Amino acid sequence: MRRVLAKGFLAFSVSLCMLSAPSAAYAQTAEKAVTTGNAGREAVPMAEDPKLEARLVDISQELRCLVCQNESLASSHAELADDLRREVRDLIREGKSDQEIKDFLVARYGDFVLYRPEIKPLTWVLWFGPFLLLLIAAVFLGVYLRQRRALAAPAALSDEDRARAKQLLKD
Amino acid sequence: MKKVLIPLVLFIGLVVFLAVGLKRDPREIPSPLINKPAPEFSLFTLQGDTKFSPADMKGKVWMLNVWATWCVACREEHPVLVAFADKNQVPIVGLSYKEIQPQDEAYKSPFDVKLQLARERSQVWLKRHGNPYVTSVMDMDGRVGINYGVYGVPETYVIDKAGVIRYKHVGAVSPVLLADKILPLIAELNKS
Repeated sequence: MRRVLAKGFLAFSVSLCMLSAPSAAYAQTAEKAVTTGNAGREAVPMAEDPKLEARLVDISQELRCLVCQNESLASSHAELADDLRREVRDLIREGKSDQEIKDFLVARYGDFVLYRPEIKPLTWVLWFGPFLLLLIAAVFLGVYLRQRRALAAPAALSDEDRARAKQLLKD
Repeated sequence: MKKVLIPLVLFIGLVVFLAVGLKRDPREIPSPLINKPAPEFSLFTLQGDTKFSPADMKGKVWMLNVWATWCVACREEHPVLVAFADKNQVPIVGLSYKEIQPQDEAYKSPFDVKLQLARERSQVWLKRHGNPYVTSVMDMDGRVGINYGVYGVPETYVIDKAGVIRYKHVGAVSPVLLADKILPLIAELNKS
């Protein structure tokens, strides 16, 4: 139970983080690009095999860097990210499928490395929790609106009232 | 009354969630390697041209401590480990993680040159700060680290007699952690 709660909370905080993630990541990479200048450790292999690099980028955009947790493996300049990209490159060369490469990293670092975690009982809260909350909110809204409508229903006018209103309007 | 109560309860719930979230360490990611066999490796040791592999520790409860001389938190952790090792409760094996860093001049040198330099540096450091390790192995390119899911040095693993990882801690080991978690676990593992 605690685990499920923790996961739910993780989901909540992850979604919060995701909102702020892109700008932070870009800011950091931009800053790095300025400070490292021409050093560009990652620039060299690009030319060697553009196909491999394209697949590397494809895969690593789906993976989280564990050191700077808001960045993807594709955009991170952390040293561990360099090492993991090297590992992914080797796996691509070995002819591994995308799924096999992701499994390789999940086996070592857990579901946390995936920006899109697998759908399984442990991650149900993560995937379906928001929809459940939406549903609950909709039910509450329905009940609330119904109650209001009952309150606001106009009281029927008696003939006497009608006569009085007519009298007043005449004046 | 009800009108006040419902938002209040919701608000308190939210505060509790946020408070718990603030106290959690985002670096603490549950390792999928817990209760899995420790990944095999065979690496050169610090001392000489001998190699060490986790299979050498079969039948013993032991600790694997990931460290490096460039690691600031390791310096903070080190006296704790040295004091702990003095009590001889459990053998600690060091995993010297990427001693030669990309920003080091020697980074592009041949492997042998880097290994030699890494050994020299590590030995000087251990002489100065004390050596808690029964042996320390040189993970020069960090590949063994990746197999162990290392993402922040120092990291510490407790491995049981059958070679299964039973516990992992990311960050410096404190005396409190040793007394409250690691020692009871080691005592339990030694019994079985």
